[in-house]
Amino acid sequence: MNVLNFVSAFFSDSAHWHGYDGIPQRLLEHVQYSLLALALAAAIGLPVGLLTGHTGRGGNALAFIATAARALPSFGLLVLIVIMMGFGLLPVMIPLVILAVPPILVTTYEAVRSVDPSPVDAARGMGMRESRILFQVELPVALPLILSGLRSAAIQIVSTATIAAYVSLGGLGRYIVDGLYQRDYEKVVGGATLVAVLALVTLAVFWAAGRLAVSPGVRRR
Amino acid sequence: MESVTKRYPDGTVAVDRLSLEIPDGSITVLVGPSGCGKTTTLRMINRMVEPTEGTILLDGEDIQRQPVTTLRRSMGYVIQNAGLFQHRTIVDNIATVPRMLGWGKQKARARAAELMERVGLDAALAKRYPYQLSGGQQQRVGVARALAADPPVLLMDEPFSAVDPVVRKGLQDELLRIQDELGKTIVFVTHDIDEAIKLGTMVAVMRTGGRLAQYAPPAELLSDPADAFVEDFLGADRGIRRLSFFPSARLELTTGPVIPLDATAEQIAAPGADHLLVTDADGRPLGWGAPGDLTAGDIRPAELLPHGRPFVPGTDSLRAALDCAVLSPTGWAVAVDAGGRVTGVVSQQTIGEAIRSAHAADRADEAKVSS
Ligand SMILES: Nc1ncnc2c1ncn2[C@@H]1O[C@H](COP(=O)(O)OP(=O)(O)O)[C@@H](O)[C@H]1O
Ligand SMILES: [Mg+2]
Repeated sequence: MNVLNFVSAFFSDSAHWHGYDGIPQRLLEHVQYSLLALALAAAIGLPVGLLTGHTGRGGNALAFIATAARALPSFGLLVLIVIMMGFGLLPVMIPLVILAVPPILVTTYEAVRSVDPSPVDAARGMGMRESRILFQVELPVALPLILSGLRSAAIQIVSTATIAAYVSLGGLGRYIVDGLYQRDYEKVVGGATLVAVLALVTLAVFWAAGRLAVSPGVRRR
Repeated sequence: MESVTKRYPDGTVAVDRLSLEIPDGSITVLVGPSGCGKTTTLRMINRMVEPTEGTILLDGEDIQRQPVTTLRRSMGYVIQNAGLFQHRTIVDNIATVPRMLGWGKQKARARAAELMERVGLDAALAKRYPYQLSGGQQQRVGVARALAADPPVLLMDEPFSAVDPVVRKGLQDELLRIQDELGKTIVFVTHDIDEAIKLGTMVAVMRTGGRLAQYAPPAELLSDPADAFVEDFLGADRGIRRLSFFPSARLELTTGPVIPLDATAEQIAAPGADHLLVTDADGRPLGWGAPGDLTAGDIRPAELLPHGRPFVPGTDSLRAALDCAVLSPTGWAVAVDAGGRVTGVVSQQTIGEAIRSAHAADRADEAKVSS
């Protein structure tokens, strides 16, 4: 009951809806950090995953790097980087990207590897160039798995982006960090709820993206 | 192919000094047990595999001379599981190569629709996706896709192996028909000797280790297997199968024991045969009856012995005629014209004589050729 009371109190307080510490502003910041981190991680993970998946080379090295990266604690990394580099957006982005690259990279690699070899063979046999085979034969079929990799990365980023608040940045983490500091549990619970809702929205966005981008022939519906 | 060898990096010799002249405009079948190097041979033709030694000439020119994509686009390629693009509709699958060659979307789709008809696919399937099609239909799409840009050469690697026998027969007949209409140069790989004999104008039998055991037209393969390996590979009933290559047109038919449904007592008694074939008013066979069991004016079709499947002289082979006679309850095969009207009957004995004289004529031909 307590938690629900906190939630309703937090959201019905009109002061929480305005200004630089208002919900819209914090939400916007959180979404911005998350999108930036996801874009950077995808810019690294997708091309490397597609290329290694297509050629089948470097799979072992890739799995090793991914496991190692997963073992790094994001928060510890943040502290370390802040100590080395000082405050700012970059020290926040580094752990988020490191967190998000492995699921994207590994699933993309696996997704391309698991594409049925016979259409690829047929495509090559009819004189299709390798880049075209990758983008027009393998990618469309691997897309559902690749999207699922991006989705888990995005959800991890959304929940982990709260650490930005520790280095004096904004985002929904502000409510949690400040709330804990001020012993304002209404704020803490409100912030946590918003993060959870944002994670759910992320799920929904990926579901919709899947509906739009994946061919009905691959979805089999 | 001139003395072509393929040694894989692991040392496996998949094809060993293979020389083969593949004639234009006909079906050449590569057949042999699994692992004998058929796929490797086929894939060297479109350079999916590069030969270790030897040269492959296409119309007299080394295939190494042109860019590999150009070469491949001039050859249709059909594989066992069709290898369709599951994210594309049937019509777009077929239009792949024309699109790659820079055709406009409309033109490529129109061409695809034309090919669907040619390979016997219902136009309603155009907008479907591969997973919505049966294995046989997918294979037809595979053939249509390979034909889309009208390549002079078609390479087919066990294209019909994964479908059930009935569908396979349909696909084989369709391929023969398409070949008749389009006159492509087809290289067809199979491990099924029956398929090889049915489809091949020339058949190359390969043995394990990637060597050519015999290269001959199917009839010659059946009559003169080069060695024990080929003979064994052809199977026990090659004598019977060879009859497929002898026409039944010259079989001597008799109409003596054929009587109409409204036959008179004289007509029933006159032939002096053990069995009479009764026909209906249109001349179609109804069944066999012994003269003693038949009453003039009261012949009941339901009481006659079944006449079995008839054969069509000229269209069917001696094998079909013999089959009809063997299956007939009376030992007589029924011959009909294209409209199903009885043209006569022939006994097993007469067919046997025809087989002997066909063999004799064949041997005489050979003697002439070799002398
Ligand atoms: N990429 C490869 N690397 C090594 N050996 C291979 C390769 N492809 C085929 N082989 C070997 O070459 C031989 C012939 O193979 P293949 O041409 O596929 O035979 P078939 O199509 O007649 O079954 C087999 O022994 C096979 O194991
Ligand atoms: Mg093979």
